[in-house]
Amino acid sequence: MGFRSIAEIAGSAMAAQTVRLNTVASNLANAQTAAGSEAEAYRARKPVFASIYESSASEGAGGGARVQVLDVVESTEPLRRAYEPDNSLANEEGVVFYPNVNSVAEMTDMMAASRAFETSVEVLGRTRAMQQALLRLGQD
Amino acid sequence: MAINFDKTLGIHADALMLRAERTKVLASNIANDSTPGYQARDIDFAATLRRVAGDGEADDGFALDTGADLLYRVPHNPSQDGNTVEIGVEQAAFSQNASEFQTSLTFLNMKLKGLAKAIEGQ
Repeated sequence: MGFRSIAEIAGSAMAAQTVRLNTVASNLANAQTAAGSEAEAYRARKPVFASIYESSASEGAGGGARVQVLDVVESTEPLRRAYEPDNSLANEEGVVFYPNVNSVAEMTDMMAASRAFETSVEVLGRTRAMQQALLRLGQD
Repeated sequence: MAINFDKTLGIHADALMLRAERTKVLASNIANDSTPGYQARDIDFAATLRRVAGDGEADDGFALDTGADLLYRVPHNPSQDGNTVEIGVEQAAFSQNASEFQTSLTFLNMKLKGLAKAIEGQ
């Protein structure tokens, strides 16, 4: 048993959610960034989470599972094409490419990520209270 | 006649340890709330405690590494990505488990107070 490993688990979740919030911020910031070609255009990014199970030998129990960010992948949704011949970035056909960022989806993702982050903070707080109560065992 | 701590403290010491262990499992479930394919788990508290208490002699404490008492949670609403964590359920279980931890701790404190009284002879 270990309160330390609980802190590690909650910490890994907070780190993962921070990466997720980071990608959301990046996607929203670049939602209106036009580009002259399909290759140069910004594409929405998303982290891929995976769990790492605690090895049963180290802690005496295989109950814990941390979170890790495996990779950050780019969305394969089609880009938005816009006919803007006045745009200085437009190609010879007068077309510019806008990112495939779905602002509504990003906003909901942001809410989910920040809620998950808050939950992890709460877990840490409760665990700390439990640990302190345990330290006072037999004192009063 | 020596004081036998194991006998005096009874099941509460084991219960406290098991509850700390369960905290970790529930914390893992909460942490993996958005991990695709993660399957939420929980400790079968009653069965584990029965096994430990049934052993009688406190031989080597817990044998949780067998993993026999770690069960998978059955989700109320299965999700598309294979994740079976339902955050409300986990939060409720975590909160309940924290209260139960406090309860076990209180019981242990009461036992220790009783011992102290017996030693001081008042």
